[in-house]
Amino acid sequence: MTDTILETEGLTKEFRGFVAVSGVSLRVRRGSIHGLIGPNGAGKTTCFNLLTKFLPPTRGRIQYDGRDITGLKPAEVARLGLVRSFQISAVFPHLTVLENVRVALQRQRGWNYDFWRSDSRLRQFDDRAMELLEDVGLTSYAMMTAGELPYGRKRALEIATTLALDPVMMLLDEPTAGMAHEDVDRIVALVRRVSAGRTVLLVEHNLKVVAGLCDTITVLARGSVLAEGDYATVSRNPEVVAAYLGTEADSVSMGAAAHG
Amino acid sequence: MENLILQALSGLASASSLFLVASGLTVIFGVSRIVNFAHGSFYMLGAYLAWTFVTNLPRGHLGFWGGVLGAALAVGVIGMAVEMLLLRRIYRAPELFQLLATFGVVLIVQDLALLIWGPQDLLGPRAPGLRGSTEVLGLRFPLYELFLIGVGPVVLGLLWLLFYRTRWGTLVRAATQDREMVGALGVNQRMLFTSVFFLGSLLAGLGGALQLPRESVNLHMDLSIIAEAFVVVVVGGLGSLSGAALAALLIGELHAFGILIFPKITLVLVFLVMAVVLVIRPHGLLGRPQEAARGTGMAEPVIRAAPPALKWLGLAALIAAILLPPFAGDYALTVLTDMAVFILFAASLHFIMGPGGMASFGHAAYFGLGAYGAALAVKWLAAPMGLGLALAPLAAGLGGLVFGWFCVRLSGVYSAMLTLAFAQITWSIAFQWVELTGGDNGILGVWPAPWAAGKLTYYYLTLALCLGATLILRRIIHAPFGYALRAQRDSPLRAEAIGMDGFRIRWAGFALAACMAGIAGGLFAYAKGSVFPTYLDIPRSVDALLMVLLGGVQTLSGPIAGAIAFTGLQEQLSRMTDLWRLVLGIVIVLLVLFFPQGLAGAARSAWEARDARPNA
Repeated sequence: MTDTILETEGLTKEFRGFVAVSGVSLRVRRGSIHGLIGPNGAGKTTCFNLLTKFLPPTRGRIQYDGRDITGLKPAEVARLGLVRSFQISAVFPHLTVLENVRVALQRQRGWNYDFWRSDSRLRQFDDRAMELLEDVGLTSYAMMTAGELPYGRKRALEIATTLALDPVMMLLDEPTAGMAHEDVDRIVALVRRVSAGRTVLLVEHNLKVVAGLCDTITVLARGSVLAEGDYATVSRNPEVVAAYLGTEADSVSMGAAAHG
Repeated sequence: MENLILQALSGLASASSLFLVASGLTVIFGVSRIVNFAHGSFYMLGAYLAWTFVTNLPRGHLGFWGGVLGAALAVGVIGMAVEMLLLRRIYRAPELFQLLATFGVVLIVQDLALLIWGPQDLLGPRAPGLRGSTEVLGLRFPLYELFLIGVGPVVLGLLWLLFYRTRWGTLVRAATQDREMVGALGVNQRMLFTSVFFLGSLLAGLGGALQLPRESVNLHMDLSIIAEAFVVVVVGGLGSLSGAALAALLIGELHAFGILIFPKITLVLVFLVMAVVLVIRPHGLLGRPQEAARGTGMAEPVIRAAPPALKWLGLAALIAAILLPPFAGDYALTVLTDMAVFILFAASLHFIMGPGGMASFGHAAYFGLGAYGAALAVKWLAAPMGLGLALAPLAAGLGGLVFGWFCVRLSGVYSAMLTLAFAQITWSIAFQWVELTGGDNGILGVWPAPWAAGKLTYYYLTLALCLGATLILRRIIHAPFGYALRAQRDSPLRAEAIGMDGFRIRWAGFALAACMAGIAGGLFAYAKGSVFPTYLDIPRSVDALLMVLLGGVQTLSGPIAGAIAFTGLQEQLSRMTDLWRLVLGIVIVLLVLFFPQGLAGAARSAWEARDARPNA
């Protein structure tokens, strides 16, 4: 078992000539929490979609756990234990909150093509599902239709669904985007708790989240890696400061960068 | 060689007419997102009205052309009225309800046309000044056809000017891309939608009116043109005017040359081209992926266990279905057998539409494949009933696997249109391959085995098999596969991200539903003793849609209630009045307007509202 769980080599994505991600080589250490940050349009989400196979790369290779996954489909990498969340919260709106988690649990057992097992047999997953919901603070919402959850709770449900697969590595796409302050703190605590025994890669906009959470931070700007290291190193890098100040002088992120 | 040129020219003339109709349909769809089944009826009305005007006005140029334009304008006004009275109220309803409402209009127009103009084909006068023929490259070619070839490009040019050179056109194009945004900018959407409907219907009416010198006016014009117009619009890309022109050209020429090369399978050819185009370009030749309309997503209820009262009601109905028939007459037994068959047919469609989230406009294909599977086994292998009934789901399931492989990779309207295309292919084979299927005469002598020949015995056999299969479907919806099916419907991305192969799950669901429809079809064939191409035509597919939507997609009891209500209603209506289509159409329109959740859905909400009140 090597120390690196996910590695990319010269990862590049072009959209009709526009280079969104250019030659990104990334190394994520096993068991770490790795942050991917950068100003708007830096290519974070594109990069993320490349890693989870929701976009095919134009060039470059992706290795996961010693295996080349460049040509696999999203569902296939998910079954290898590399599971993602979405920026626009994606839950199954017409299932209950509990059923959302249960679907992930049954998938993990390989029951998807089971045409016969009855509803009551599926209840055996209920305990585990409730545990997961408790982890993300959704116990009292279990019987609610997922589509009716408030935004922040949908994000929490998404994390619970992701966890249900017992992933080796989680990729979280801006897990705190659009959340209220107290929710942000809860999600940060949650990510830290569930990272035990797993690797987490998260794309973040909110630098405060990254500061407290990540072991390693990669800064992207205009599609390429600008800097890498722990928060202290990265935040002192003059190029990083310039990238944030230069492009987002009016935004909140600047304030966060300045305060550290 | 000469033949080829003539053929190409007459292909151009049909392309031109096809474009007129399709352009109206695509413009309406682009703005309102309504798949307008009634567009074919507007076309038919155009032809009938033109006949009336032209034959009543004084002969000559003014009488003829005035009549044609008058008919087009009148149809435009009728379209506007339909939009204002009906469609305007249901823009927020699910797509399929809109479709259902427009089909209600189809039924109403059919019977009104029958009332006004009678059942016989009407022949119109030829166009003054364009009666003869002329020399084209040394060949004689009818002048009127030449005129039609010119009409298409002229109308395309005028539409282009309208859309790109006027403020109204800019608004229409903007609304086609993002109607909520246009609304947010303060544009009067009502006026915009109504005027677009006027224009679209006018084009359909014009297309119909211009057919007057070419062919007889009859009551089948509506459904035959709508299938082709759908093909053109979908192949071109929904909402794309130039796409519609290109596709009309393609389909028109395909028809013209198809007759030379494969006279028997021209219809198959057209739909096959559509299938190929859609697999290669899922949004048509010049179409763009549709932005999902915002704010229309209703919170659909979760599938929950039926309330106890409903269970008791179901049990009571079942007991009645078992105990009462021995006291019923032959006619009642026939109706009850039909009901059992259609319950399974509707339940199988519901399986892919409700939990699967896939719309099918062509579910009759699998019903028909089942029926023909059994009948062909009887005709060619002298198979006993047991074998015939076993072959039915097999044939339908195989069809479901092959067609499903194409259909489930597309989404929304495109997928639904592809199911329609495959159903039409199956229909054309049954209709045109006379040696194998007997064509329009069907296959006769498909009688049950002696032990099941009695009407009562056969009813019990049908009831057992259909209810059994329906209960199996119900069980599957609650099994892990059912959850997987609903999960991929709710959020394909999320399903993919947790490692579910959405395509394979949808495919399996589609094939399974086809199998079940096949059982229903096989039983139906033995019940009637014969099979005909009408078992798999468009009206049959629409029947299934009606049953599911009348009953309600959201509940499992919906399709059952819908099948019983629909079969009963149709049976009663056709006995009471010749105008049953008119009454049925009005009933459909009223139901869509007042019970958009369907019968079972409405009953359930009423029940739940009553239950909730004391707690609130």
